[in-house]
Amino acid sequence: MNDPMPAESGSGLPLYVQPVPPDSGRPERSSRPLVRQFVVAPENWARLAGDAARASWRWSGIWAEDRSPVLELSLLLERAGQYSWVRTRIPLDALRLPSQTSAYPAADRMERRIHDLFGLVFSDHPDPRRWIRHQGWSGEDFPLRRMYPTAGRPERSTPPDADYPFVLAQGSGVCEIPVGPIHAGIIEPGHFRFQVVGETILRLEERLGYAHKGIEKIAEGRDPQGLVRLAGRVSGDSTVSHAWAACQAMEQAAGLPVPGRAQVLRALFAERERIANHLGDIGAICGDVGFAFGQSQFGRLREVFLRLNDELFGHRLLMDVITPGGVRCDLPADGASRLLEERARLRHELATLRPALADNTSLQDRWCGTGILPGEVARTLGVLGYVARASGVDHDLRRDAPYVPYDLLEIRVPVADAGDVAARVRIRQDEIDISLGLMADLLDILPDGPCQSAWLAPQPGAEGLGFVESWRGELWAYVRFGTDGLIARYHPRDPSVLNWSALEHLITGAIVPDFPVCNKSVNGSYAGHDL
Amino acid sequence: MFRQLTRICRVGIVSEPTPCGRGPALDLLGPRLEDAVSRIFHGSLAIRQVDAGSCNGCELEIQALSNPYYAIERYGIHFVASPRHADLLLVTGPVSRHMQTALRLAYEAMPEPKRVLAVGHCGADGGEFGVSYASCGAVHRVIPVDGVIRGCPPSPAVLVQGILELIDPALLQVPAPDPDSDPPASREGL
Repeated sequence: MNDPMPAESGSGLPLYVQPVPPDSGRPERSSRPLVRQFVVAPENWARLAGDAARASWRWSGIWAEDRSPVLELSLLLERAGQYSWVRTRIPLDALRLPSQTSAYPAADRMERRIHDLFGLVFSDHPDPRRWIRHQGWSGEDFPLRRMYPTAGRPERSTPPDADYPFVLAQGSGVCEIPVGPIHAGIIEPGHFRFQVVGETILRLEERLGYAHKGIEKIAEGRDPQGLVRLAGRVSGDSTVSHAWAACQAMEQAAGLPVPGRAQVLRALFAERERIANHLGDIGAICGDVGFAFGQSQFGRLREVFLRLNDELFGHRLLMDVITPGGVRCDLPADGASRLLEERARLRHELATLRPALADNTSLQDRWCGTGILPGEVARTLGVLGYVARASGVDHDLRRDAPYVPYDLLEIRVPVADAGDVAARVRIRQDEIDISLGLMADLLDILPDGPCQSAWLAPQPGAEGLGFVESWRGELWAYVRFGTDGLIARYHPRDPSVLNWSALEHLITGAIVPDFPVCNKSVNGSYAGHDL
Repeated sequence: MFRQLTRICRVGIVSEPTPCGRGPALDLLGPRLEDAVSRIFHGSLAIRQVDAGSCNGCELEIQALSNPYYAIERYGIHFVASPRHADLLLVTGPVSRHMQTALRLAYEAMPEPKRVLAVGHCGADGGEFGVSYASCGAVHRVIPVDGVIRGCPPSPAVLVQGILELIDPALLQVPAPDPDSDPPASREGL
């Protein structure tokens, strides 16, 4: 955001989008994705989407903030590793804006979410149903508006969301299977409405929002420590990534340099988070097709991996190890040698397990050709991470828009074309291998020195955007400070927000018994989506 | 198939007979838990887990109870798909407003006698999320709770300890067996 302003013709956006001069007071201290800021008039909001989509910009997300007397809406677009951050302002007493959904289907649910939380009406939205709001607050209340109290106006008992207008299917032999919000396994809450003929799924409609617990609202007024604790609990399986993104955003706002050693350790934690989640998920994907051997073996490897996290860094899932200004724990004296020892052992184990999975014909029979997400659909939906890479979308922030310390490393990005469950498993196996390599590279470049800088009070109104390639894909967080050094606005964008819609597409035509394995191969976070 | 058999033989049984990492020692807790399940639940304790709005950290650790290290089924404990089959409800929270009714219905669907354990700091007292327009906070604010397992998230060994503490608190108080007396039942054969 502090980058030198390019010539208008070079921005890649149409001329009616006005560039914002960079804040020249603060020199760029560290490498981070290039973000250029723009403003656009509200009447050009939809036109911008059409023009940007034609110019191959990827829609990455929108967020809003009540800046009475206006609502400020921010849009993040990405192309070739460069971001454009476009803002517009709408008066709070006339909250209407044209929708971007027809140009970018990825905008669909995010716009509906902003309507439910802020009251902004997207005038020509193709699906004006509510999304994040169930019965926890009324349709006239907008919880993220400043005047809405954090405590809300709750009923003693919140009724179930029984009258949500699901799309109906009719016809001979068509029936519906409602599933959730409480699922059969040990997983998060959400509702799936299947329309089936026999075993074949005609259509799946997701209904999320059950885990919505007001994270953005309760972030307001927190201090930096409090925010990073909350960020670490946006989605427990991505605790490192969310904490890192929130810290990057706060540090950028405060102009706080982070010691090199802390930067490298943060990346080490992020790679460990990636490996642990992939190990657990591959085991679960085996379990979902009844392959107990794979489930046990990968579950065992994950457990051993988490125990080393606990021994070296004090937490199995690495919660609260990242803190504003650095990291909370240093690598113990024998840490590097133990990590390398573990790496060698894990590589050896995976080298024998991988062919055991690949050569098992009954297993591959369930995975190959199951839950295909065509590359074109993945691009249209703006899908991220391994789900995108398994469908031929060659994108990884660590390589394409490197942030510290990945700017010092060479990142290999695995890509496959098949787009099925087998491809997603293969990509995840490759990513484990690559991350194990990166762990050694990171230990090589780990500099000596302190692990933390003292917090620096930010200027009133200072803001920042933090980017992380989490194990699920591109993840970012927006933070703005108020006049008191406390958080005025926090918006975390989990990759699940974009990946959930992929599941509805890839499951069409599959059979009901394949749903668990398809769902697990995508593994969206309900908590990260619902906030 | 040959690869699988080789791997299975090489790895052997990793289910914990010895203390593991930090936290309570499974070798002491396990046999006591099995004993309690056997006496109080005729050898079978059915648990229904409900995520009422957690960050999914607790779910990761509850899932880990089924991995080969903890292998909680060997103590007679299994996770069931319906609250109608459950003796114990294991609830992670905070309870979001949007899950309030679903949680209450799951509780009401359980046959008597039934017990409820709130898991994690959030389930115990609302944790980092507390009470807000979207969150009811602690589980006990929505359904009656018999015990809590704190932690963020509680590790699998702490979960085992918490379950034991609920079903037979007296057993947890038993001092560690004297090295000279009979050793606790060996789990090695499974």
